[in-house]
Amino acid sequence: MKKVPVQFTLNGEEKAEFVESGVTLLKALREKIGDTSVKAGCQQGTCGSCAVIVDGELRLSCLTLAERCGGAAIETTGGLAHGEVLHPLQRAFNEGFATQCGFCTPGMIMAAKALLDHNPQPSREDVVEAISGNICRCTGYEPIIQAILAAARANSLSAA
Amino acid sequence: MGLGLETFPTLAAAGEALAANAAARYLGGGTLVVRSANEGDVGFETYVTASERALTDIVVADGRATIGAGVTMARIAREPALGFLAPAARAVGGPAIRNMATVGGNLFAPVPYGDFAVALLALDASLDIDGEPVAVSAFLAGRDTTHAGALVRSVSFTLPAEGSFLFAKASRVRPKGASVVTIAAVVEERAGTISSARIAYGCMADRPIRAPAVERALAGKARTAEGIAAALAVATEGTAPPTDAIASAWYRGEVLPVHLKRLLLPA
Repeated sequence: MKKVPVQFTLNGEEKAEFVESGVTLLKALREKIGDTSVKAGCQQGTCGSCAVIVDGELRLSCLTLAERCGGAAIETTGGLAHGEVLHPLQRAFNEGFATQCGFCTPGMIMAAKALLDHNPQPSREDVVEAISGNICRCTGYEPIIQAILAAARANSLSAA
Repeated sequence: MGLGLETFPTLAAAGEALAANAAARYLGGGTLVVRSANEGDVGFETYVTASERALTDIVVADGRATIGAGVTMARIAREPALGFLAPAARAVGGPAIRNMATVGGNLFAPVPYGDFAVALLALDASLDIDGEPVAVSAFLAGRDTTHAGALVRSVSFTLPAEGSFLFAKASRVRPKGASVVTIAAVVEERAGTISSARIAYGCMADRPIRAPAVERALAGKARTAEGIAAALAVATEGTAPPTDAIASAWYRGEVLPVHLKRLLLPA
C-alpha cells in the first residue's frame, strides 16, 4: 500500500509523517506518532473512546482518515497537562472519582473539552448531551457529569 | 491490506472513478464506509471522495432550501434558516458523529439509523443525482436497485409553513440512542382542519417509508383526539418493521400509534 505524507499539529506541535493511504487517524496517532492517550474501542463510531478535537470540532478518530487531516490542528488528552500540572478537566475527573477503569476517560475528557471550549458555563443538560456519544460502563455517568460541571466552575473562578 | 484514498475535484470525476473500479466506495463523512472497513468489509479497497464546493453549500432562498450532500448534521443543527430541522439533525448520533455524518450519507444509512432521511421524506425532498432531480421517495425505494451507487450532489425542498414540520424519535437511551421508531410529518392546516399531511416513518421498514393510509385519513380532519383517531387506526398499514437489538417488530408496531398520536396532537 502506498504511503502518503501527512502534516498536522498535534497538541500544538508540528507533526509530519508518512502514513499508509486510507489509514485512520486513530491508527496514525497511536501506531505512527505514539500518542496512545487516544483509545481504540469499538471502532464503529459507537463508544467515543477515540474522540479527539480536530480544528475545534469533536471527531471520532476511528472513522476519520489521517489523510483528510492535512493542515489540521488536532488535540488529544495527551496534550492537556503541562508537565505535572493537570488540566482542570483532568483534575476534576481525578478528584471527583470520575474514572474507574479509565478506558473511556480520554474520549470523555475530549468531549467535555469540546463542550467547554464553546460553552464555558454549560448546564447539566448541556453536559449530558456533550457526552452522549461516549460510553462508560463503570461509573454510571453521574461522577463524570459532576466532574465536568466542577471543571466549568473552576474555570469560571480562575477567569474571575 | 490497507485501503487507498482518491480525492477528485468534482463529483462527476469521482463518479467516473467509481464506475471504473468495482472495489471502490464513495467516502462522505466516514461514519458508514470507514465503519464498514473497520468491521472487516473486504468488498472494497479504495475510498473515493470529491472536494466539490457545492457538496458543502447550504442555500436558503425564495422559500426553498438546497443542502449539499456533504453538509454535516452539526452544520444543519446550527443553521438559523433551517431551525425547524435542528431536532432531526440532532437526532443523529452524539456530537462527534454529528460533526462527521452528512446529509448524503444519511440517505444510505441502514435501519435503525437514517433519522434525517425520514425528515427529508416528509419534506418531499428532491435529490440532485447527475444533474437530474429525483424524488427522495423514488430514491429510497430504488436505493439498492435502480439508484444503487448513485452519487447525490444535494437535496432540496420547499420550506414548510411555520409550525407545520413535526419530528419525533423514540429510543431506549437518552439523549442519544438508535431509533425504535422515528416519525416526521408536514401537516398543514386551514380553517381548523388538516388540508394536507405527509407522514414518514423510520424503522417501520428496511428504509424510511411514507404512510399514505395515515395521510388520507388525516385529510380534512381536525387535529384533535377525535379527528386523528381514524389515522391512528391505520398507523401500521403498509409497514414491515424489522426486529433488531433495539426492538422487535411487534414492539415497534405497538408503540408507533402512541408516538404518532403524541406528535400529531398539539401540545
